[in-house]
Amino acid sequence: MAAIAQEFPGYRMKIAIWRRCGVTGLVIDRSAERLIMVNAVTAVLFLAFGGTMALTIALTRWRAVHLLPADWFYRLVGAHGLTMLIFWILFFEVAALIFGSTVMINAPMVAPTLAWVYYSMMLGGALLVETTALSGHATVMMTAYPPLKATSWFYLGLLIFAVGALLALFHFIINVTVARVRGQVQTLPLLTFALLAAAIIGIWTLASGAAAIFPAWLWAIGAKSSVDPGVYRLLFWGFGHGAQQINLAAMIGIWYALATLTTGAKPLNEGLSRFAFLLYIVFINMGSIHHILVDPGLGGWLRGVNTSYFVYAAVLGSMIHAFTIPASVEVALREKGYGRGLFGWLKRAPWGEPGFSVLVLSFWLFGVMGGISGVIMGSVQVNMIQHNTLISPAHFHMTVVAGTTLAFMGFTYYLVPLIFQREHILPRWARIQPYIFALGMTIFGLGMGFAGHQGVPRRDWDPTFPGAPLATDIFKTTTVNISLACLGIGAIIAVIGGTMFVINTAGTVFFGKRSAQPNIGKISPLAFATSATTVPIVAGGTGEGEREHTKHTMQTGGFEAPGTLVLAFAWLLLFVILYAYSWFELSSVSWSIK
Amino acid sequence: MEERTSTWLAPRGIWWHRFGRDEKMWLAVIIVWAVAMFVMIMFIWPAIGQQQADIQSYRVDPVEFSTLTAQFTEKYKVGEENGFPVVAPPPGSDVYLQASRFQWTPILKLQKGETYRFLISSLDVEHGFSLQPDNVNFQILPGYITGLKMTPHETGEFTVVCNEFCGLGHHVMVGRIIVTDDDN
Repeated sequence: MAAIAQEFPGYRMKIAIWRRCGVTGLVIDRSAERLIMVNAVTAVLFLAFGGTMALTIALTRWRAVHLLPADWFYRLVGAHGLTMLIFWILFFEVAALIFGSTVMINAPMVAPTLAWVYYSMMLGGALLVETTALSGHATVMMTAYPPLKATSWFYLGLLIFAVGALLALFHFIINVTVARVRGQVQTLPLLTFALLAAAIIGIWTLASGAAAIFPAWLWAIGAKSSVDPGVYRLLFWGFGHGAQQINLAAMIGIWYALATLTTGAKPLNEGLSRFAFLLYIVFINMGSIHHILVDPGLGGWLRGVNTSYFVYAAVLGSMIHAFTIPASVEVALREKGYGRGLFGWLKRAPWGEPGFSVLVLSFWLFGVMGGISGVIMGSVQVNMIQHNTLISPAHFHMTVVAGTTLAFMGFTYYLVPLIFQREHILPRWARIQPYIFALGMTIFGLGMGFAGHQGVPRRDWDPTFPGAPLATDIFKTTTVNISLACLGIGAIIAVIGGTMFVINTAGTVFFGKRSAQPNIGKISPLAFATSATTVPIVAGGTGEGEREHTKHTMQTGGFEAPGTLVLAFAWLLLFVILYAYSWFELSSVSWSIK
Repeated sequence: MEERTSTWLAPRGIWWHRFGRDEKMWLAVIIVWAVAMFVMIMFIWPAIGQQQADIQSYRVDPVEFSTLTAQFTEKYKVGEENGFPVVAPPPGSDVYLQASRFQWTPILKLQKGETYRFLISSLDVEHGFSLQPDNVNFQILPGYITGLKMTPHETGEFTVVCNEFCGLGHHVMVGRIIVTDDDN
């Protein structure tokens, strides 16, 4: 007890409002714990709701089914976007931010009341937005570009949510700062550092969102006669794209965390990994301009430099993580003795652990389909042949759904049993769910992307244009039909995977068997070992020794992670090929455009 | 080499150390790739590409734009199709294309190989100019003109789809551009 009071001085006077985790040995503030629970459960409920809408939208796009009537399709596309991109993601991120600023650094939560205030604001704002959008009073898509007008309550809901989320980010920074001042933490753990990067990006992001939405709200209540659509788009995308960079930083932090948890991986170079996050903070706001590359109003030089020079500094950050994360896994597995050949370590990796399969699948799908497509689309000239086609949602579904959402699911498989102290009700589902979800998203993403390459517009109820005076059958082709069918079939598979996640998570939260040491699979004791000589405090796992296997080593020619290097170069080659192909595609347009 | 730290724990002592051989190699390669992409966008494509997104932007009052489009339509009108005027402007001239809920007007009749300056704007909400089947896309804002010098190199019928959500009739907003040979 005395020892805990020492490392946890905030609690000297208030015993019994903390507990020590029976599995990881981390100290958990009870008030932080409750808020993590509430935010995580709210997030998963929004995910379930957004997933239901996703299914109906995808089944409308699938030509053979064409489920929804036009008005409901447009209504749900808007509500689905807001529910998933904003509400599910941000509630989960708030849970992660609270976890990172308290449990992760063994610090108590400062001012829990503030956390309840912003939770209520976020929930209230979100419900207001959902109500107006679903009742047909705000069919303006999530972007709500003026002068397309929604009821003023819609903008008000967004504003309340944004201010609540801003408070959550400030609360995170306050918590970390207080822990630092009290000496409870020195250098932040990498996961908390990544969340700090996410919080910093989040602050300017939400401020930009508020700056876009506030004038729109004044306009909607009649206090302002008009909103400049060009200025709105600039500010809105400071929020709309920036919000996805919060996800990016948080997701990569979680990738590092899952790599350590499931294989004992440690970053090859702590400084390099942190520097890559720094690149995000400084440069990734340039991504906002990617949405307005074919808008009037911006000069050519600005658009070119923004997208071709500064943003690549952020892309460098991603390419650093793309190497260091798998490399750290390779080194960890080689150290365990799985060193045979270039890829022997991959064969012996814990593919049955949801944390590991999620890491690999979301890393792969994000990097290959989301990342490459994003950089290509962000090239100012190539953007002309992709803007507002289905390529755009295909890109961000691969980043936010196949990447971030899947990574968050993987994190939840550990967070929920440990925080709620309950056993998974369906551990077998947890093992196969990531594969089903990833398979569905791959088919979905390919179908949507190919449809977009053929010109099929996004946010369009029916690209056969029924009832149009100048209707055309350019999209009534077999290849478009097959692409859109893949979109629908992929969505069904992904929704099955998503449903398995929601049932297991919600079931565990409410009905899981209580246990102080829930079984969360085989996790690496090294994740929580303060040094190589300290006996790991981890109680979970099977107790299998770390070095029991016969060692297979190979001559690595002075390289620490030769297998990863080969994989990384293969990925870069694919990137170069797709990049070159996109310019070829642009050059085959039959019009000159100057 | 220093001891590496778990991502779950705070690193102790000095945690910045020199790059290993792997990291140096990867860093060098990705920096070269980033510079290559920069050079492609800023120098190579502007020098060799036929498709540049150098939009000329102007501010315009929607009412004034509607008047300009009406005058343009009146002057070069050659026929009518499904209630839409068909307009054949002379090569090299300014071409007005007006977006409103839920139509593109007029229908344009252009000559292959000739250059026209497109002036596109919206009377009400945002729309998306999506030229199919070539899949060329620009954002159209009310109050702004999106100006583009465009030259068709193939004859045929092209479709202009709206690809920015503009209201419940969004999916019926289809326009047309007809490109013919010079002697036609």
